[in-house]
Amino acid sequence: MASGAVERFDHKARESFESLGKTTVYRGELLRHPVYTRVLHWAVALFFFLALFTGFGIYLPWLFRWFTPIFGGGPLSRIMHPYFGMAFVFFFGLQALNWLQPMLWTPADSKWMRNIMKVVSGEEKMEPPETGFFNAGQKFQFWEIVGGCVAYLITGIILWAGARTFGRIPVAISYVVHDISALIMLGGIFVHIYLSTIGEPGTFQSMIRGAVSEAWAWTFHPAWYKQITGRDPLQACEDARRQMKS
Amino acid sequence: MPDRKALQADMISAHTGPSPGHGMQRDLEVCKLIDTTTCIGCKACEVACAEWNDLPFTPTTFDNTYQTMPQTSYHFWNLIKFNEHQNPDGTIQWLMRKDQCMHCADPGCLAACPADGAIVKYANGIVDFNQENCIGCEFCVSGCPFEIPRFNPMTKKVYKCTLCSDRVGEGLEPACIKACPTGCLKFGSKDDMKFIAGERAKQLRDNFGWQNAGVYDPQSVGGTHVIYVLHDATDPERYGGLPSNPTIPWSYTVWKWLFKPVLGTFALFGFLGVLAHYVTSGPRLAQPEPPGKEKING
Repeated sequence: MASGAVERFDHKARESFESLGKTTVYRGELLRHPVYTRVLHWAVALFFFLALFTGFGIYLPWLFRWFTPIFGGGPLSRIMHPYFGMAFVFFFGLQALNWLQPMLWTPADSKWMRNIMKVVSGEEKMEPPETGFFNAGQKFQFWEIVGGCVAYLITGIILWAGARTFGRIPVAISYVVHDISALIMLGGIFVHIYLSTIGEPGTFQSMIRGAVSEAWAWTFHPAWYKQITGRDPLQACEDARRQMKS
Repeated sequence: MPDRKALQADMISAHTGPSPGHGMQRDLEVCKLIDTTTCIGCKACEVACAEWNDLPFTPTTFDNTYQTMPQTSYHFWNLIKFNEHQNPDGTIQWLMRKDQCMHCADPGCLAACPADGAIVKYANGIVDFNQENCIGCEFCVSGCPFEIPRFNPMTKKVYKCTLCSDRVGEGLEPACIKACPTGCLKFGSKDDMKFIAGERAKQLRDNFGWQNAGVYDPQSVGGTHVIYVLHDATDPERYGGLPSNPTIPWSYTVWKWLFKPVLGTFALFGFLGVLAHYVTSGPRLAQPEPPGKEKING
């Protein structure tokens, strides 16, 4: 699916960003996210929240007086919202190209989804051995945002140009679609922030420093651990447990 | 009309809670009556409107009709639409309709507006835009079934006919009414205007042979505070696109006031959900967990 051109573009981008910053990996750690990925992630995050909060004031009458003053009032919120949104879609678009390969859906992901309750309840301490660089939950959220961005872009342009360009009914429909897309992402962002910070400790540093501990890797992404180190994740975990006890 | 009376707000756009002043005073609902059968297309109302509201005139498009410009604009709120309508029997009707804000009882613009106080409907029925509260999103353009709100790209605000709320508040009639030389424009209480319009329509039916003559006061938007007498009330479309069944999109009624808050609350459940997970199930830790933290129960 990922064509050669996309691969070459991503490769070049990663290389040039590596010269802008660096990723320190200590003993017992693995490189997870290179500089390029991290920069894109935080650009997406920044513009997501700017667009979310400027949009929030306009979203509900009950929120208008709370959220519009943050950005200098209603008119300024309305002027800036589409630009924040465009920047969000732009940076997420780059991230989507960057992650196209590891985000492809596999039969193992469908299996993961069927067993999702075991993950949520904490019954499964370790991810199933097939879980690679991303698990099915991450992939699901990724593709939801891809779909959401397409919806945002189309409906956003219609709302931006307004009824005098596109007519009344397209605007009225876009208004609802734009809202639904925002509501899904709003619900999703809580889960995303939770799981990447306090929900699964050790994850946050992967987007800050770019490195994760080996234990984190074999626990949450065993197939990726195996691919990088060549060692069996379950065996590695057992070895570590034995070493701890002795 | 009593002199020098502040207009009482009845509905305020995107305003939560009751409108200040709502129900404080009884107020007559005002109404403008436009008798299209006696309009001569002199455009005195257009001039009076531009004069009173101090609207600048700019060059416009000539489209081979008597019409001043193709449609109303942010600096031209009152436009007579000229239409040549061919009847089935081959005869031609030259129709003239003064087009301006209809001042709906149930205004689509006000329902669509997300800015608190940008659109106000007064107790006397006038729907007015307060540009200082307008954020320029143009949702009102989409909410209005009559294509009335017009966006000014320079000021990024939306403008339209005010029914001369400044004059009406002072006990005067709107400027267009004052200028009309034929008496086809009338202004008064809604009840009086409906009565006069009904009488005129009856006269047209009984004495002039317009069997379908009637009054245009669309109930799909709760009635309007500008009503027309038409030669043929069964086909208002022929008068320059007057909608026969004006409606407000579902997005600005049910979606905005019911589904938006409900679904927004559901999205917040995402926050409560992860909080509940952290409290009840706790975090997932990298394995093996350090010794000393091993579980001592089941």
